[in-house]
Amino acid sequence: MLLLIQYTLIFASVLLLVALGGCFSEHSGVINIGLEGIMVIGALGGALMMKFLGGGTSPVVMILLVILASIAAGMVYSLLLAVAAINFKADQTLVGTAMNLLGTAAATVMVRAINSAEDASNVSSSIQYIDQKKAFLVNIGRFEFNWFMLVAVIALAASYVVLYKTRFGLRLQACGEHPQAADSVGISVYKMRYAGVLISGMLGGLGGIVYITAGVSEWKFENGVAGFGFLALAVMIFGQWKPMRIALAALLFGLFRALSNVYTGFDVLVALKLPGSIYNMLPYIISLIVLAFTSGKSRAPKAEGIPYDKGQR
Amino acid sequence: MNGQKKKGGLLRNSSLQSLIAALVCIVIGLLIGYIALLIINPAGAGKAIVAVMKNFLYYPSPMAAMMYFGSTLVKAAPLVLCSLSVLFAYKVGLFNIGAAGQYVAGAGACLYFALGFKMPWYVCVLAAVVAAALVGGISGFLKAYCNVNEVISCIMLNWIGLYTVNMILTGVKEPASPYTVQLTSGNPSALLPKMGLNTLFSNNQYVTIAIPLSVVVAVLVWILLEKTKFGYELKATGLNKQAAKYCGMREKRNIILTMMISGALAGLGAAFFYLSGMEQWMCTQTSVPAMGFNGIAAAFLGGLNPIGAVFSSYFIQHITNGGAYVDKTLYCAQISDFISAVIIYLCGFVFFFKIFMNRMLDRRDERRVKGSQKGGEA
Repeated sequence: MLLLIQYTLIFASVLLLVALGGCFSEHSGVINIGLEGIMVIGALGGALMMKFLGGGTSPVVMILLVILASIAAGMVYSLLLAVAAINFKADQTLVGTAMNLLGTAAATVMVRAINSAEDASNVSSSIQYIDQKKAFLVNIGRFEFNWFMLVAVIALAASYVVLYKTRFGLRLQACGEHPQAADSVGISVYKMRYAGVLISGMLGGLGGIVYITAGVSEWKFENGVAGFGFLALAVMIFGQWKPMRIALAALLFGLFRALSNVYTGFDVLVALKLPGSIYNMLPYIISLIVLAFTSGKSRAPKAEGIPYDKGQR
Repeated sequence: MNGQKKKGGLLRNSSLQSLIAALVCIVIGLLIGYIALLIINPAGAGKAIVAVMKNFLYYPSPMAAMMYFGSTLVKAAPLVLCSLSVLFAYKVGLFNIGAAGQYVAGAGACLYFALGFKMPWYVCVLAAVVAAALVGGISGFLKAYCNVNEVISCIMLNWIGLYTVNMILTGVKEPASPYTVQLTSGNPSALLPKMGLNTLFSNNQYVTIAIPLSVVVAVLVWILLEKTKFGYELKATGLNKQAAKYCGMREKRNIILTMMISGALAGLGAAFFYLSGMEQWMCTQTSVPAMGFNGIAAAFLGGLNPIGAVFSSYFIQHITNGGAYVDKTLYCAQISDFISAVIIYLCGFVFFFKIFMNRMLDRRDERRVKGSQKGGEA
C-alpha cells in the first residue's frame, strides 16, 4: 500500500510538472505536442549531469545541478518549437511531432556516442545512476520520499500564483485568448509566446528527469519516455488548463499508472487475473472516456494553435 | 495578380515550389546529420553519410543490390500507405497522428486472422482494413460528437491499440520467444501473392504485390480527393465545418468517414508489411512502431500530394534502411532516425518558404515593371 502511494505521488509529480508546462505554453497560444521530446531531452540533460558528477557528490549540490541541467536542456530544446511556431508560423502539431521523434533519436545517438567513446564495446543507449539517485531520496520510515515531489508542489504553487496573480501571467493568458487585443494594448505577443514555450520547456525537462529517476536506476534512451508526455497532455486537458484541477487530474492518472507497476502486490487485483497490459492501458482508456464527456464545454485557450500574424484582422 | 502568365510563372507553380522545398529540407537534413556524425567521430563521418544515402548500393554485386532494393521497397510500401493516411486526414483538416495506432490495429488484426483463424491472405487484408478503420472511426466519432481533439484521442488510441494488440497476439506467439509465429510455417496461405515480382529482385521472397498496389492506392487517393464530389465535400468540411453544414453537407458524417478511410489506409499498410512475412510482431513491444510517425514525415515531405508521398516515402525508407550500413563501431543506426526527424522538423518551415519565395518573385516582377516603365514601353 505504501508502495502504491509512493509510486502514485512520484508519477503524479511527473505528470503535474509536465502538464503545468503544457498549460503555460497553451495559455500563451502555442500547442505543445512536443512535450514528450522535451521530456526526453530534459532527462538526458539531467542524466548526463548525474553521470558527470559521479556518486560521491553532496546531495544538495547534486539535486541543484541535476535540476538545473534538466531545465536548461528542456528550455534549449523547446526553442526549436518556439522559433518554428512563433517566428515562422509553422504547423504546431507537425513541429511538435517532429520534436518527439527528434528527441528520442537525438538522445539515443548522443548516449550511444558517449557510451562507445568510453568503451568501444559498449553500444547500449543506457545511462546508469545507481549511486547518484540516492541523493534524491529520503527514507521516512518505509516511505521513500523523493525531493522531486516537493519540487512539483512548489511548481504547482508557483504556477498558480504566476498565472493568476501576476501581471505577466494575465498577459500571457491574454495572448492565448485574443492575441490581437493583447497586442493592441501594447503587449508583445511574440515575447509572451516565447515565454510560454520556454516555461513549458523548463517544466517539461524537469518532468523528464523526475520520470527517469522514478523507480529505476538506469535509463535506456531508445525507449524515450513511453508516452508520458502525451499522458501529461491528457492530464492538462482533463484539468481544463487550470493548475489546481491539473494537480487533481495528475494524482488520479498517477494512481492508475502506479497500479500498473505494483498491482501484483494486491491480492484483490491479482485474483482478478487481468493481464498486465490492462493496467498499462487504463490511464489512456480513462482519459479517453473522461475527455469524451468533458470536451463538450472545453475551456481551451481560444487562440491556441493559431500562429499570430500582426497584420491579420 | 495572375502569376502564372508572367515570366517566372514556372517558379510560382505550387507543386514545383513544394518539390524545391522538399529538396531543400532533405539537403539541410542530411547536412545536419553529417555535422552530427562529424561531432561524434570526424574520421568516418563522410563514409557514414554516404552509406546512409547509398543504402543497398553498398553491395557491389548487382544481384545483392537488387535484393536489398527489394527489401527497401517492401518496407516503403506500408510507409506509402501510412503517409497517405496522414495526408488524407490532413486534407480534411484533421491531423491523424493516430496512423501509428491504426497501423498497430491493422497489424494485430491481420496477424491474428492469419495465425489464429488460419485465413487466406485476402481475408487477413480485409480484417486489417476493417480493424484500423474502426480505430480511426473512434477518433472521428469523438471529434464529431464529443468535440475531443483528434490529436489527443489518436495519441491515447495509439497506446491502447499497442497494449491490446500485444495482448491479443500473445495468443499466437512462438512458445519460446516473444515473437508471433512465422507466417511461412504458421499459415503460408496468408502470405501476399508474389505474382513473379520476386524474380525481378533476385528472388527476394518478401517482394509481393503490395509494392505495385501501394502506388495504385496512391493514385486512387489522388483521384478521390481531386476528382470526385465526395473528395470535394470532404475538403470543404475541412476548410470550414460551418460553411459545409450550411451547404447541406453532413459534416459530422464526413469527419467520421475521413478518419475511417484514413485508418483503413494505415491498416492496409500494416497488412502489406506483416503479410509479406518480413517481420514478426514482438508481443512485448513497449513502443508504438515508428511506421505511422514516419508516415507523417513522408506526407509532409511529399508536399501533401499523394504522388509526392510515394516518392518521399521511398526516400525516407531509403535513408532509414541506409542507417543499417553505417560503421557500427563508430556510429549507431539511429542516425537515420535522427536525419528523418530533422527533415520533418524542417517541413514545418515549408509554408514560410513558399511565402518567402513568392515575395521574392513579386519583388522581382515589380522591379521588372519599373524597369520597363522607365524605358517607356509600359
